[in-house]
Amino acid sequence: MAIGMGGLRTAGDLVARTQMEKKLKIREAKAYVAKKLAVEPVTLADEYAMAELRKKLDIGLIIGLTGYAKGLAAKARIARTCDFRINSVTKLFEKTR
Amino acid sequence: MTKDQIKADIEAGSNDAAEKAHVAGLTGDEFDHVLEIVTEPSRYVSVEHGREVVLTRDGGVLKYTGASRYSGSSLSKEQGITVGERVVGLDTMELGNSDYSFKPCKAIAYDEAQHMENAQMVSIIPLFYGAMPNLGSYYQSLGGPWPAPTDLLKNGKIKESRETQEHAADDLKTDIIYLAKIMDQSGADGLDFDTTAAYGDAEFYASLNAIEQVKRETNLAVEVGMAGEMIMGMHCELDYQGTRLAGLWPHQQGKLVEKAGASMFGPVVNTRTTKSFPWNLGRALAFVKTVTKEVQIPIHCNMGMGVCGVPMAEVPPMDAVTRAAKAMVEIADIDGV
Repeated sequence: MAIGMGGLRTAGDLVARTQMEKKLKIREAKAYVAKKLAVEPVTLADEYAMAELRKKLDIGLIIGLTGYAKGLAAKARIARTCDFRINSVTKLFEKTR
Repeated sequence: MTKDQIKADIEAGSNDAAEKAHVAGLTGDEFDHVLEIVTEPSRYVSVEHGREVVLTRDGGVLKYTGASRYSGSSLSKEQGITVGERVVGLDTMELGNSDYSFKPCKAIAYDEAQHMENAQMVSIIPLFYGAMPNLGSYYQSLGGPWPAPTDLLKNGKIKESRETQEHAADDLKTDIIYLAKIMDQSGADGLDFDTTAAYGDAEFYASLNAIEQVKRETNLAVEVGMAGEMIMGMHCELDYQGTRLAGLWPHQQGKLVEKAGASMFGPVVNTRTTKSFPWNLGRALAFVKTVTKEVQIPIHCNMGMGVCGVPMAEVPPMDAVTRAAKAMVEIADIDGV
């Protein structure tokens, strides 16, 4: 945890998905996510800035505020915002179309 | 240890790696940087702003549920995922069986898939399904169908030893594909191969070929964590795309994992328990530095108990763990842990 991005506290999950799907090294992965979110890469690990941004984009928060997207809904919004193909989201749409 | 002793051990560890694997060791500036990290007076150390990396979590829910070798908490797998995501703040999590190998998972694949479907409904971070290839589970010595190659080798039966490994490798590949397809169907984000090649080159062979097929036939990302810094030559005549597998070092392993189509590679350097932390860290850094230079997919260094500089202890000391992690980021330039 001393060197990690902090997952939903910041943009760690988004950078992880970029590495998984696009196979980008860390700097390129951060640059990709930063561009999608219209922020500087250094902002991606800023808990305050990312919490506000995640609320604004409604892409999931680490705190359980009511009314904000969670679970599959958050992932669907992440997929759209960051141009990811998220398996569980694809399966949801296959079941609900 | 004095500062001079620590520096001498860092250099000796780096030189050991350089000599064994024919890689460039650490440079003068890098030795000084590692020394500075190791002798920092704080209990925990961290990286500069902007150098944070991704934490992928092999073993996953096992660490937060009832497995006696981990926390032993009375939580379900789904609750374990929630702990990892919302309490610990991990970047990814992983579902796995307490008998954490592909062969036993096959029998309960649909039960595991149910956990994956449940977890995918409520989680936001990427979820892998993880297991060890564990070729040994296909041998009769561990309840499998094939004679153990070590028993055959003891009696001078080299040809038979190779044949049994090839049969076991075929079975392993079949089981990996079976599980992968079920997990893909359940919405998993990825498949994690843990301790790959623990049983040598035949296991690595099966894993690489399985990864190719997983990438061709499913939507899963693949992460590959290794078992050791060198592939044991149990068979010695298996190759992958023209490269013989026996005797490969981490940078060579990573290139093949990349060719097979994996998204992330996790090198391992085994901790030598008779040597100091600085020695092991210097050695691990020399190996991993070469991996990050030569392998083009993200490098997620394995940094648990007994690997990549971390001391071999059931409860790893955090001062050593954070120093090893910081050094790996700042000197070996890893993309994740």
